[in-house]
Amino acid sequence: MPSRVEFREDRCKGCLLCTEVCPTGIIQQSSRFNQKGYKVVEITAEMMSECKGCAFCAMMCPDFVINVFKSESEKGGAA
Amino acid sequence: MTQELRVTNYPQVLTDRPTHYCPGCHHGTAHRLVAEALTDLGLVENTILVGSIGCSVFIYNYLSLDAIESPHGRAPAVATGIKRARPDKIVFTYQGDGDLASIGMAEIMHCANRGENITTIFVNNTVYGMTGGQMAPTTLVGQKTTTSPSGRSQEDTGSAIRMTEIIASLGGVAYAERVAVNTIKNIKKAQKAVRKAFEYQVKGLGFSFVEVLATCPTNWHMTPLAANKRIETEMIPYFPLGTYKDVLAKEEK
Repeated sequence: MPSRVEFREDRCKGCLLCTEVCPTGIIQQSSRFNQKGYKVVEITAEMMSECKGCAFCAMMCPDFVINVFKSESEKGGAA
Repeated sequence: MTQELRVTNYPQVLTDRPTHYCPGCHHGTAHRLVAEALTDLGLVENTILVGSIGCSVFIYNYLSLDAIESPHGRAPAVATGIKRARPDKIVFTYQGDGDLASIGMAEIMHCANRGENITTIFVNNTVYGMTGGQMAPTTLVGQKTTTSPSGRSQEDTGSAIRMTEIIASLGGVAYAERVAVNTIKNIKKAQKAVRKAFEYQVKGLGFSFVEVLATCPTNWHMTPLAANKRIETEMIPYFPLGTYKDVLAKEEK
């Protein structure tokens, strides 16, 4: 299983800083609004498989919206 | 069988509360850098935060540290008192440019010159953010603000103050560095700088100062992405990044 990114959409302010630092460029603005009225970011289900789990998006996000998960096989190497 | 590991590990001292900052504001990133440094060094339980006036006035809501709010610009004076009364505590101030470089100029200069053993995190976004985008001492020449509608004029108001260079020239300063948080590379450097500043305080070497170049998309009238680019194109050329003073580096040479 590849890496996975979770966005806490209620906290996202739609600043899009994460979209610029993603080396694979898979983060994009969705057409959804959150309760505060910000257009949140998303990674579509098809694009998620390209995620490398670098967590650059989480490092850039000023609102601590992003959580990144990486799968690891039993041998200890990244799957 | 695969196991899922969480890569992101937000420090516990960072409270789980939405910030009041505008979209794309770098204050959140600066808060996280401080939280990470304090957590890594194991100082959380022993730290006293001195807040300042400006957008970052509510920092005590976002970092679960013992905190005291100081009058406008007077954070270094308040921190001096705390540190002298409780030298066993780690004391730091978190100030913006309207607070530190303008009304608080006297306090920061004398605090640095006395070599008070405290740390100052100085967030420079070249504008008074909270009060509505007025011109600050750090506003770049030509930059439009609500009080310089046709751009800052060098003839009338001088040019932007480079605080880190001034602070580095004072006697009691152990560490002075300017960093930015606009790219991953710069964020990693900033992480190291903030950590080093607190380490120097733990070692009792004197005053440590980190200037963080930050955006203010709202008062720059830019999108967060354009504001982030402005750091690279306009701010870094005028405010060069780097270490301006490091007492330990000198000894090694």
